[in-house]
Amino acid sequence: MTRRLNPLLIAALLLAVPFSLLAGRVWIDPFDPGSGNALAILAELRAPRIVLALTIGAGLGAAGAAMQGYLRNPLADPGLFGIAPGAALGAVLSFWSGYAAQPWALPLFALTGAAGAMTLLALVAGRGGSVILFTLTGMMISSLAGALTSLALSLAPNPFAMSEIVTWLMGALTDRSWHEVWIAAPLTLAGIGVLALAGPGLDAMTLGEEAARSLGVRPGRLQALMILGVGLTVGSGVAVAGIVGFVGLMVPHLLRPFTDRRPGALIVPSALGGALLVLVADSLCRLLPLQGELRLGIALSLLGAPFFLALLAGMRGRLA
Amino acid sequence: MTLAAQDLSLPGRLSGVSMELHRGAVTAICGPNGAGKSSLLRCLAGLMGGRNVLLDGLPLELRSARERACEIGYLPQEGEVAWDLTVETLVSLGRLPWRSGAEADRIAIDAAIATLSLETLRQRRVSQLSGGERARALIARVIAGTSRWLLADEPLANLDLGYQQTLLGQLRALAGQGLGVVLVLHDLAQAANFADRVLVLDRGRLVADAPPLEALGEATIERVWGVRARWLGEPGQRALAVEPTSARAP
Repeated sequence: MTRRLNPLLIAALLLAVPFSLLAGRVWIDPFDPGSGNALAILAELRAPRIVLALTIGAGLGAAGAAMQGYLRNPLADPGLFGIAPGAALGAVLSFWSGYAAQPWALPLFALTGAAGAMTLLALVAGRGGSVILFTLTGMMISSLAGALTSLALSLAPNPFAMSEIVTWLMGALTDRSWHEVWIAAPLTLAGIGVLALAGPGLDAMTLGEEAARSLGVRPGRLQALMILGVGLTVGSGVAVAGIVGFVGLMVPHLLRPFTDRRPGALIVPSALGGALLVLVADSLCRLLPLQGELRLGIALSLLGAPFFLALLAGMRGRLA
Repeated sequence: MTLAAQDLSLPGRLSGVSMELHRGAVTAICGPNGAGKSSLLRCLAGLMGGRNVLLDGLPLELRSARERACEIGYLPQEGEVAWDLTVETLVSLGRLPWRSGAEADRIAIDAAIATLSLETLRQRRVSQLSGGERARALIARVIAGTSRWLLADEPLANLDLGYQQTLLGQLRALAGQGLGVVLVLHDLAQAANFADRVLVLDRGRLVADAPPLEALGEATIERVWGVRARWLGEPGQRALAVEPTSARAP
C-alpha cells in the first residue's frame, strides 16, 4: 500500500484536473472546446485557478504533515506557528492602507507578514531548538497577529474596506489569474523541497528530542528548515488565497494509515493529497447552485469540522 | 576504543567526574535518585555539550553530530515512540545517521531484529507490543545503528524478571562481540551480577569505580544509599539482603 500511495494519488489528480477544467457555471464540451468564449474561460480563468488550487493544497498538506511530525502531535496544524496569521495580517494591512488596489501589493504585503512572523519566531525561539519554546512562541505570534488583525478591522477606514477584508480572510480562489500563480507556485515548490529535506530529522523526532539528537539531528537546523519550509508554503498560500483551514490538519491524518507512519514518509503524499482535496473542494464550490459562490475556506471548514468530530467520536474510547 | 570523562562537571549535577571506559565490557552506573546517573550518561552520549568527554582520546565536541551518532548509540529512559510504527520501521530509525545504502541498512536492521529475537514481531505495531517486547524493539533500534557504544538509561525498568534476564543476557553477548555497553541500573544485585565494572555516583561525585562487588561493598552501600545491607549467594547469583531501618538517612 505504502509504495502504491503516491501513484494512486497522482492518478486521482490526473482524473480530477480535466474534470475541474470542464466543470463550472459554464460547462465546456471536451469535443468542441473552441466554441464561444470557452477557450478564454479555460486559459484565463480555469487553468490558473486549478494550478493555484493544486499549489495551495500541496503546500498546506506538506506543511501539515511536517508540523505534525515536528510537534509529534496528530492535531498540529500549519496555522499554529503564527505564520498564516502573520501573512493574513500583512494582507489586511494592504487593504487597510488602500494599497490592495495594486495587483502586486496584496501578496507582497502578505509575504512580508509571513516573513515577519518567521523572523520573530526564529529570534525568540533562538538556536537551542526546543520544541516547547518554539510552539509557545508560535502561539503567541499567532495571537498577536490575530489581535492586530482585529484592531485593523475595528479601525477600518470605511465599511467597504472592512467588508473586503472580511471576505478576503475567508479564503477563496475566485478571480485569480496567472499573476498569483507566478507568485505562489515557485515559493510553494521551494517550501515543499525544504520540508522534504527535514524528513529524516522528523523521522528521528518520533523517538523524542533527546533520542533524535543522539541520532545526529541538529535541533537548530531542523527548526530552521521547519520555519523556512512552513513559511514558504503557508505564507505564499495565504498571500494568494487567504486563510484556507483544515487541509493541513486533515490530509496527513487521512493518509498516515496508508504509509509506514514515519513523518518523513508522509510529506510528499500529503502534498499530493492536499492538492487533490483543495482542487475537488474548489470545483465543488464552483458547481454548487448558490446565489454567490461558496468560499473555499468556508467549504473546507464545513467539510473538515464534522469530519473531525466524527473522527473524535470514534477515538473517544481510545483517548479516555 | 575508549570513552572517557576528564574532570567532568555540570552545575548542580556532576562535579569532577573522571573515568575511562573500554569497549567489550558492561559498565553499570549506580547511585541513589538525583545522584547524576542520567546526566553522566547523557554527557557520555555527547548530548550535554561534548566538552571533557573523550572518544578514543579526542574531545567528542570535535566530531560532527552525525559522526558521533555513528559511534555512540543512546537509549533514553522514556522510550517515547510518537507514531504507531511497526517494529521493523522503528528499528530502521537506528540507520538514520548512516548514508550507507539500502543494502547495508537492510543487513543491519535484519541483524538487530535477529539479535533481540523480534523476527515474529516485525510487522507488529508498537501499540500492540507488551512492555518487554517494546523495550526489546527500542534496544534493537539502537543496535541497528551498528554503533561501537550502547548507552542505555534504565533499560530494564518496567520489565518482568524473565525479560530482564533475557535482555541482560543479550546485552552481555553484544559486549562479548566488542560493543561498549553502559547502563544506568537501579537494581544493585543486577549490577553486581551482570556488570564487569560499576561506577557509583553520590550527589554528582564518582565515589567508586571498580569491579562490582568492590564498588558495591556493604560499607559503600551504607554510606551512599543510607541502608545497611549484606550480600548473599554465590558470585553471579548475588542477592542483597537489606536490614529494616526505621528512617532513611537524608
